[in-house]
Amino acid sequence: MGFQGNIEEHLLATKLAMRNKGIEGEASIIKRPREVDEIDGLIIPGGESTVMGILGSFNGVLNRIKERAMEGLPIMGTCAGLIMMAKRTYDRVVGETHQPLLGILNVMVERNSFGRQRESFELPLKIPVLGNKDFPGVFIRAPSIKECYEGVEVLCMLREHIVGVKQGKLLGLAFHPELSGDLRLHEYFLDLI
Amino acid sequence: MISLVSPIEKPKSIKIERMEGLELIRGTTLVKRGFAHMQKHGVIMDVTNVEQAQIAEEAGAVAVMVLDKLPYDVRKAGGVSRTASLKVIEEVMDHITIPIMAKCRIGHTYEAKVLEEIGVDMIDESEVLTPADEERHIWKWDFTTPFVCGARDLGEALRRIEEGASMIRTKGEPGTGNVAEAVKHIRIVNNEISKLKALYEANDHQELIKEARNLRVSYEIALETAKLGRLPVVNFAAGGIATPADAALMMRLGCDGIFVGSGIFKSEDPLERARAIVLATTFYDEPEIVTEAQKMVDEKKSMLGMDTKNLELRMQERGN
Repeated sequence: MGFQGNIEEHLLATKLAMRNKGIEGEASIIKRPREVDEIDGLIIPGGESTVMGILGSFNGVLNRIKERAMEGLPIMGTCAGLIMMAKRTYDRVVGETHQPLLGILNVMVERNSFGRQRESFELPLKIPVLGNKDFPGVFIRAPSIKECYEGVEVLCMLREHIVGVKQGKLLGLAFHPELSGDLRLHEYFLDLI
Repeated sequence: MISLVSPIEKPKSIKIERMEGLELIRGTTLVKRGFAHMQKHGVIMDVTNVEQAQIAEEAGAVAVMVLDKLPYDVRKAGGVSRTASLKVIEEVMDHITIPIMAKCRIGHTYEAKVLEEIGVDMIDESEVLTPADEERHIWKWDFTTPFVCGARDLGEALRRIEEGASMIRTKGEPGTGNVAEAVKHIRIVNNEISKLKALYEANDHQELIKEARNLRVSYEIALETAKLGRLPVVNFAAGGIATPADAALMMRLGCDGIFVGSGIFKSEDPLERARAIVLATTFYDEPEIVTEAQKMVDEKKSMLGMDTKNLELRMQERGN
């Protein structure tokens, strides 16, 4: 989804992951509702969720994505993308926020959960579905998942914080695999498609 | 892919915390430049109080820049222009969810320290404020908080990156509502990068070394830029952007996003204008939407602006 944020890095990581897996196909940036009909999977990048919500409501893309998600479109959301997918969100400092969301992932997300930019960090993560090798976690003003509801499976924890979940073909991550140089999560997502 | 690797081995910005046998690292180049990446394709708006910050957030700003006075008013007021009141910055931090940036004076390490201490998300070492050090900029590798700096040409941009800037913006001519200088600066940067790239592709390293000397930068960073064919960090447009069409023009010229200073809150239609500039920035490659955005603003309500030829104060000449 190409409104705002770290779009190009996801595009590149997806292309590299497709090459690694020998998948033929096209990775592209989409902004229009009709483009949503042409895709087999969608990545919502990091950036600012408020901005993506406003722009996505403006041209109707959010509604179209929501409809396709109900029909089983695989979607991976990272950082702001996770927030966009969540049923409910609130901000750690400001509290309840009323921003346009997709509301397709059965979780409650706390925005800016680890603090401001000064508190952003890198940390190796254990993600059992990817095997034993740690995954380089990059957390930038990251959210975390406070509650999981029906059908949600936890993929990754950081102490008491849930930072990765899966619900059917939906993947929600609080960190940035596209900045990590590790393609395993992109490959894992491609396997869901 | 934009470089996320630090040329400095162990910058002081790095803070390591051990936690249950794991190493949590803050202030890395990846996390600092990564923050700038999250702003891409967005609009960062200058604000002077909570009300303006809330309007900016509602309109779809990706971040706000808190100032004491908008650049236009700095120009009018004269005198010494310093960082904003910490109380105002803290109030803004308590009321909005998007990132908050603030400006400090060029070379004023302690204004920057104070801004880092209260927790702003990014510091702008800015020519809009009165420079504190005529010789040197801040050594930004010492800070956990990322910095953005202005540049008029490639040499300036790369020198700032060598000092640790995580993001660059054109200088333009702040507070004028005139986009001409920003256009000039991005053109210069783009042309100089094309030249480096051509030398790299021709495998002419001797000439590349000479170019690095002309630019007054290290060979390493000149080589990296030549290989990438773009700046090694995110590059925004700033200085004089006042309308949706201005924003779309700067995106078309290859900027990663937009700073709007006086253009929004010195106009008579700030909310509509802010929304329209956000739309035009994201959809710059779709002329129908830029047109729709441009219709949302009334030229009679734009800030009057000024010609940049006869200015008494040329802010862009501060720092180099």
